[in-house]
Amino acid sequence: MLKIIFAVIGRDLKLAMRRQADIVSALFFFVIVVSLFPLGIGPEPDLLRKLAPGVLWVAALLATMLSLPRLFADDHRDGTLEQLALAPHPLGLVVTGKVIAHWLVSGLPLALIAPVLGVQFDLTGDGLFVLTAAILLGTPALSGIGAIGAALTLGLRGGGVLLSLLVLPLYIPVLIFGAGAVDATVSGLGGEGHLSLLAAMTFASLGFAPWASAAALKIALE
Amino acid sequence: MLEADNLECVRGERRLFAGLGFKLEAGELLYLQGRNGAGKTSLLRMIIGLLPPEAGEIRWKGQSIRRNSEDFRADLCYLGHLNAIKEELTPLENLLASAHLADEALSEDDALDALEQVGLAGREDLACKYLSQGQKRRVALARLVKERRPLWVLDEPFVALDVAAVDWLAGIISGHLQRGGLAVMTTHQLVAIPAGTVRELKLS
Repeated sequence: MLKIIFAVIGRDLKLAMRRQADIVSALFFFVIVVSLFPLGIGPEPDLLRKLAPGVLWVAALLATMLSLPRLFADDHRDGTLEQLALAPHPLGLVVTGKVIAHWLVSGLPLALIAPVLGVQFDLTGDGLFVLTAAILLGTPALSGIGAIGAALTLGLRGGGVLLSLLVLPLYIPVLIFGAGAVDATVSGLGGEGHLSLLAAMTFASLGFAPWASAAALKIALE
Repeated sequence: MLEADNLECVRGERRLFAGLGFKLEAGELLYLQGRNGAGKTSLLRMIIGLLPPEAGEIRWKGQSIRRNSEDFRADLCYLGHLNAIKEELTPLENLLASAHLADEALSEDDALDALEQVGLAGREDLACKYLSQGQKRRVALARLVKERRPLWVLDEPFVALDVAAVDWLAGIISGHLQRGGLAVMTTHQLVAIPAGTVRELKLS
């Protein structure tokens, strides 16, 4: 069971390494969107500190959305998705591998660069730490939920817009608790509760989303 | 081994075929024929279990392929009209990755040998995006060289191949039939397969 998951992760990471432009462009999108806010708002540390969690999280959602349409589309176009569906394993395991690989190339880099961007918003110490932890814990849920949307819109013309309409509303809980964790820490309430809920959402979506996506993929392959 | 009963296929509003059945034993090849749009590819996709039939049932070794889908898929090798190769990977990586994902043991030497047989020696380290259409098709066909799963389902395998490659592929398929394998394929060019029993099914 783990073998197939690792095989899929290995293959997808190798493909991502051969196409680094995709990873880098999503990451730069995140950096630029987040950096525009301090420039537009001006040097007002109190206001920036208040805006920071929301801005970083919204930018993270949008950056994740950028790479979602290609999650299954490339495999669908060249026929490898059929072969994956015909492999003697449940398709849900294959999708689990793809979701994890997607997180490693799209979610993890966001978490790693978030503390640097947080400094622009005058976040300090604890705030930066909780921000990174929240993005680290929350982005796998984004990849998981996004996979359902990507599978449902596979093969549709103009699927990208429909994908955003389907998936962004489902991202709201992650956005609320992710941004809430940083707010709570900055205001001294402690963000542990929010972080636990984020972790719960991540585990729930990693357990459930691949199977829902697999069911949608089977319909797309008919 | 492979049996189909009373299959019915509806695509959109149109019924492509109904009441279709066949039986295929070890060492037999089934040629599906019919004009464009007769439902050849749909029937192939039913046989591999990607398209559920409107009515009827397909059985492999006496058991329904829908109920026993994982055992069935472990015995199945499908080659569609898409090549299922990754442009960014080299032919060698493609072969190894597809074997790995299908849970088959394929050593690097075997894979190199297969690529040599399809005439891609010296290009195994070149990303597939630099290969021609025919060469990409050969990468896809190289999977069949070491393939030992009993049921092969091939959709138009001879397309985009030159004369020598067509003969080579016919040899590979007859080798498979001689080992007691089964094959189902669609084709517009009737290629003589030197070994095994050939059955024909015409869709109209």
